[in-house]
Amino acid sequence: MWDIIKLLLNTTVFAATLRMATPLMFTAIGGIYSERSGVVNIGLEGMMLIGAFAAVAVSYFTGSAWLGFLGAILAGALMGFIHGVASIKYRANQVVSGTAINIFAGGLTVYLQRLIFNMAGVSPAVPRINDVTIPLISKIPWIGPIIGKQNPLVYLALLTVVISHIVIFKTVWGLRLRSVGEHPRAADSVGINVYKTRYVAVTISGALAGAGGAYLSIAHLSRFVEGMTAGRGFIALAAVIFGKWNPLGALGASLFFGYADALQMRLQEIGIPTQLVQMLPYILTMIALAGFIGRAVAPKASGEPYVKEG
Amino acid sequence: MAIVLEMKGITKQFPGVLANDNISLDVREGEIHALVGENGSGKSTLMSILYGLYQADKGEIYVRGKKVDISEPRVAINLKIGMVFQHFMLVEPLTVAENIVLGSELKRGPFLDYDQAVKEVERLSASYGLKIDPHAKIEDLSVGLHQRVEILKALYRGAEILILDEPTAVLTPQEVDDLMEVMRSLRENGTSIIFITHKIREVLAISDRVTVLRRGKKIGTKDTADTNAQDLAEMMVGREVLLRVEKTPAQPKEEVLQVNDLVVKDSRGSIRVNGASLSVRRGEILGIAGVEGNGQTELVEAIAGLMRPQSGQIMLSGKDITNWSPLRIKKAGLGYVPEDRHKRGLVLDYSIADNLILGLHADEPFCGVMGFHSRKAIMDNASKLVEKYDVRPPYPQQRAGALSGGNQQKVVVAREFNQDPELLICSQPTRGVDIGAIEFIHQQVVAQRDRGAAVLLVSAELDEILSLSDRVAVMYNGRIVAVLDREEADEQKLGYLMLGGSLEDYKAGGGNSHVG
Amino acid sequence: MLDRVKKVPVHVIIAPILAVILALIVGSAFVLTVGENPLHAYKVLFQESFGSMRGFATTLQRATPLMFTGLAVAFAYRAGLFNIGAEGQVYIGAFAAAWVGFTFSNLPKLIHLPLAIVAGMLGGAIWAAVPGILKAKLGIHEVINSIMMNYIAYFLTDWLVLGPFAGSSWIPESPRVKASATLTRLMPPTRLTTAIYIALAAGLIVYLILWKTKLGYEIRAVGLNPTAAEYGGISVAKTMVIAMAISGALAGLAGMEQVLGLNNRFIQRFSPDLGFMGIAVALLGKNHPVGIVLAAILFGALQTGAAAMDRLTAVPRELITILQGVIIFFVAAEYLFSRFIKVKGEA
Repeated sequence: MWDIIKLLLNTTVFAATLRMATPLMFTAIGGIYSERSGVVNIGLEGMMLIGAFAAVAVSYFTGSAWLGFLGAILAGALMGFIHGVASIKYRANQVVSGTAINIFAGGLTVYLQRLIFNMAGVSPAVPRINDVTIPLISKIPWIGPIIGKQNPLVYLALLTVVISHIVIFKTVWGLRLRSVGEHPRAADSVGINVYKTRYVAVTISGALAGAGGAYLSIAHLSRFVEGMTAGRGFIALAAVIFGKWNPLGALGASLFFGYADALQMRLQEIGIPTQLVQMLPYILTMIALAGFIGRAVAPKASGEPYVKEG
Repeated sequence: MAIVLEMKGITKQFPGVLANDNISLDVREGEIHALVGENGSGKSTLMSILYGLYQADKGEIYVRGKKVDISEPRVAINLKIGMVFQHFMLVEPLTVAENIVLGSELKRGPFLDYDQAVKEVERLSASYGLKIDPHAKIEDLSVGLHQRVEILKALYRGAEILILDEPTAVLTPQEVDDLMEVMRSLRENGTSIIFITHKIREVLAISDRVTVLRRGKKIGTKDTADTNAQDLAEMMVGREVLLRVEKTPAQPKEEVLQVNDLVVKDSRGSIRVNGASLSVRRGEILGIAGVEGNGQTELVEAIAGLMRPQSGQIMLSGKDITNWSPLRIKKAGLGYVPEDRHKRGLVLDYSIADNLILGLHADEPFCGVMGFHSRKAIMDNASKLVEKYDVRPPYPQQRAGALSGGNQQKVVVAREFNQDPELLICSQPTRGVDIGAIEFIHQQVVAQRDRGAAVLLVSAELDEILSLSDRVAVMYNGRIVAVLDREEADEQKLGYLMLGGSLEDYKAGGGNSHVG
Repeated sequence: MLDRVKKVPVHVIIAPILAVILALIVGSAFVLTVGENPLHAYKVLFQESFGSMRGFATTLQRATPLMFTGLAVAFAYRAGLFNIGAEGQVYIGAFAAAWVGFTFSNLPKLIHLPLAIVAGMLGGAIWAAVPGILKAKLGIHEVINSIMMNYIAYFLTDWLVLGPFAGSSWIPESPRVKASATLTRLMPPTRLTTAIYIALAAGLIVYLILWKTKLGYEIRAVGLNPTAAEYGGISVAKTMVIAMAISGALAGLAGMEQVLGLNNRFIQRFSPDLGFMGIAVALLGKNHPVGIVLAAILFGALQTGAAAMDRLTAVPRELITILQGVIIFFVAAEYLFSRFIKVKGEA
């Protein structure tokens, strides 16, 4: 029993939790922007994957991991924008458009990987974003090992959560964003440009998913691996719902899912199958949706194309 | 008084409907100008044009003497025109203050100056006597308060011309009184109000002038002081030919439908039918007269099993059918022509033939072994009914959605009437239907009565009620307030009862004075 | 006679064709980046998949599971439901079929094989019914729950073949299915099996159910106008659950084909996105069995030709996946074509 408690509170596990949660945080926050504007983004997975690849490719050619990170953000934003064009302008079914992006991303990344690196499966190693040690904090017992020495992107993800919370709940644009996702006609009736707001939100969503992907490829690892997102885009989607479309909620959900992820290897050692732990985020999300742990209610206009009258 | 707004010759065509036909309207400073008419008379379209939601095909708008082109709501807002929609334009999870400033926010850099917004709301709320908690979330407030927020929203934007689109339709009587207070105080502050309604009582109670629309046309504008309820009712409903229907006196037999003390709540939880009782006999037509929204829809949907009654009892041919499923009630002998054929009566993407078996699709002869449909039986049925009920064009394979309103209605009528139901409910059977089809449908209704059906007719058209019914029930505020024999009923008396007057008062001579 | 003529609206046929053509054009851009002639690449591709009986047999084999998942997605779609969970249903159906296949022995093929097929259907049906029930009873959107169910299915089957039902090989897979539960190969050495007959029969049955029976009438009515369906005495909730279950059963058949026909065992994460491709197939086939069969064959052909194109030209085989994604994208955004043809829903 004591062993299990020691394991559950292990600082290495907590540090790993933060690392596992980072790509989820970026991507889930991205999902929140999109969903809050009324556009369902099933394509997060594909946007992440393209981000992961773009980061490696740019890092490979420029030798700068940070430029790679920027490249990932731009590539993700482009995919987000494309999703926006389909679902806002051409009123495509948003779920279908997102699915198209996921399939497209799977093909494109491997295609380009073979084209650029002439290798299947795994890319060569590229410059990565290195971990940093924060001088004083890293010395604090227990806390230090957890947050004192991490990848800069981990801190950046946390910062993104805080900034997004402020943007969505404290700024004028955030107020408009929320109104567009809840009641686009009402927003339109007071002169808010529904289409433009949605485009911006979906593009941000793609950019952040791209950042999430970049973390996997040039921070966590230093190479691209075929299909390396492995469903994290969907876990991020689950985190959006589990976190009730709030950045802080999504942070909590990401940390929780990251914790489960970090813990699973250890749990296996004591005989609990990892797969059962891996299922947890999905099962919990279904339970959350069913209203057993406080009903999760989506923005009302989410998934509905907006068509102006008249 | 100065004229602040003039609309001249406004015309707007929608596919298949001429919603506004050369309508002109002027509004003076600081007046309450009532705009009345039945559903579909073009009131909402006219106001949507004024607010920039639709563009008129023809016509001009002048605001304070200047010709304007209102291409979108923002332009209207800048012209100090505000609109409170029938379906509120409020964002539920946001607070009152957030909703009020939305789109015209008070800023501090990129941030919303929420404290200032709250102060502003409190200021407005105090100066117009509109009490509200700025911090409350919309989803936690009542409908009456939602409306208050909408009005504040318009005032916050500096509205001097305020359009209220059927503001009383969703309110309780107490809330209506409150609203009227607010309207008076706005008028004192110099605001001009365009008050859309179809409730004559309210027009007389508060407006300075009244403009009546009917079927997209303007009938006239009058000073409220120079008019009365009967006058307005005539203008609204019109005295076009009282449709003549050939029929013999009814020979009613035993009671087929009995409704006792029925109470029905809508999905929002407000009581729509409040202890209604009535009975319909074999071989008679009972017409329910009433201003729309007095619970007729819910009464009928509850009888058909499509809404669950809160309490009370419904008996059909001696069986208690309360809480039965729609299918079981149908099998027990109900034929039902619903008021909204697009929502309930038809699957528009189905063919005429397939629509003609909706509800019968699981029965002989259409459904055979292993649940397979017999195309032949379905097509035979369709060919027969299309001919008998004169559906045009007479092609059973035609998509129902491609038919005109009148022919769509004939499809519904054909299906429901052809089952020879014990009880036939016809709700607004001729709404949106051309004159030729109206006559035809009326004849069929009488034929059903003569066959021996008990017919329950609900209509907002008094003409229709008077020309078809053998007895007339009046529904007001969720109750059946009177049942008259046809001979006792005339437009004046019904109009009086429909507006909430009592039969006793009417007999005592109240019919000659204003209601309300 | 006019009333006998059933006109198919032009856009139903033109939009998918335009989508495919546009996708091929977009694909050309990718081909050009590797310095190949797009026409040459496409020629190599289609020659492989249609140029010989053997190639065509492979095309049909690849198309078989896509027919099932395409039908699955379309069936739910007709009831107004979006079954994005076909992928998970494929896995559960596959495992159920495999379990029957490797567990029972000494059964005659006449019993064992049908039993395994039915198990596959049942597995898929149950997995799909869950989001169906949650939608019908609690009104929760089926899309999110279906996605969650996909991942639960992945991990559940991972665990089953790694733990309780691990096969003897070092690869994570189940034991081999007994010969008495395998589908017969029609044209060895190709792996085309009798599953193609089952798929075509399923297409026919789906057509019959949807357009010739009372159930289909109810399902389509619920999909087109639930309030009118309710008025017509149809139980909307019940119909939704049935539609989802049948949809899941069809997806389960795709899993069954992979296990009893292609691999003869359940291999961990075997599916090349069959469920998601089913969305593409259904959409491209306009949710009609005939269209679905054709769309599945097109996708099967692309996959079959991919290897040859990869081998004989400088174009990586992943071009095919790109093409598939782009096709879905264009079919989804069919409003794009509204300038050229009249598309339903145009304002």
